[in-house]
Amino acid sequence: MKSFALIAVIVTGWLLLSAVSDFPDWGDTESPANDYRLSQHYITETFPETSVPNMVTAVLADYRGYDTMFETVVIFVAGIAIMSILRRKPLDHLKDKGKETRTYKKDPDLIIDTTCRLMIPIIQLFALYVVAHGHHSPGGGFQGGVIFGASFILLALSRDLQAAQRWVPEKRVLNLAGVGILIYSGFGFACMLLGSNFLDYEILHKIMPATPIEARSHSMLGVEIGVAFTCTAIMFSIYSNLASNGDMKETL
Amino acid sequence: MDTQRREGGLWQMIWAFDLITLIFLVITAIISLQTKDLLSAAMIFGVYSFLMCLLWAGMAAVDVAFTESAVGAGVSAVFLIATVLRTTRRSSD
Repeated sequence: MKSFALIAVIVTGWLLLSAVSDFPDWGDTESPANDYRLSQHYITETFPETSVPNMVTAVLADYRGYDTMFETVVIFVAGIAIMSILRRKPLDHLKDKGKETRTYKKDPDLIIDTTCRLMIPIIQLFALYVVAHGHHSPGGGFQGGVIFGASFILLALSRDLQAAQRWVPEKRVLNLAGVGILIYSGFGFACMLLGSNFLDYEILHKIMPATPIEARSHSMLGVEIGVAFTCTAIMFSIYSNLASNGDMKETL
Repeated sequence: MDTQRREGGLWQMIWAFDLITLIFLVITAIISLQTKDLLSAAMIFGVYSFLMCLLWAGMAAVDVAFTESAVGAGVSAVFLIATVLRTTRRSSD
């Protein structure tokens, strides 16, 4: 069986490597990906059409907004799936009665405690900057949300899970994850209510103090905030389920 | 125009940088598959993600590099380590 797997890997690797020579050169302006008029349109028209300098975010959140909405849903579903597999009630009523009386507090360590106390606010501030500045510089809802969730994971690692759950209890996590997707689809449905297509942000200038072009930029920011909500919540939810073995009490 | 850029100093530096990163990428990929200790495999997988992040940054895909460093090298390494500490540390095969 193992030699069969090795042969399969070698054959697949040879096929992939033989296809590499057909790739266009790095930075080749004549390659189909760069030559096609759609990419030319994105490169030249993104800023005039949406007033967003970072064309990656513009493609992600505006031109291909429908894909990104369901990417967020995928993250939400992944978190819910992990929770439904791992989450269980604390084993109070089962046979290990001796376990429940033990305290789950860790001894605080001065160096770790002080370092994390200094680091966590900075990480959270940076995450907010990444979200808010995502349509002007690299970054956006996914990255900012993951960094914000990582700050809570750092809190749970440095103290214990209860310390982090004081800020993001399980109920709030689930609410945040749902609200994130609600914000995203809310922008889409708001466009529909005003008589345009789903996620066609230009029409939102009627309810925003902005021109139609600026409305697309502002809507992208709003959509990214929704993505960041879901990412933050789901990242912390996945960590707390994995680390506590599903009962939300013990930490690593 | 293309040959001009290839002869420039910047291109040479990026070419050497790419080669070193790719070699280490293959090495870390093989080690993280082969090692029996799952905790060190998880750590080396984080290193692999960070090298991928460097490669994305070298290809001027900064958004992808940012995502890779936050998700791949940051959070997913923590997830893997948490899972290893909760299950077993030795690989069975």
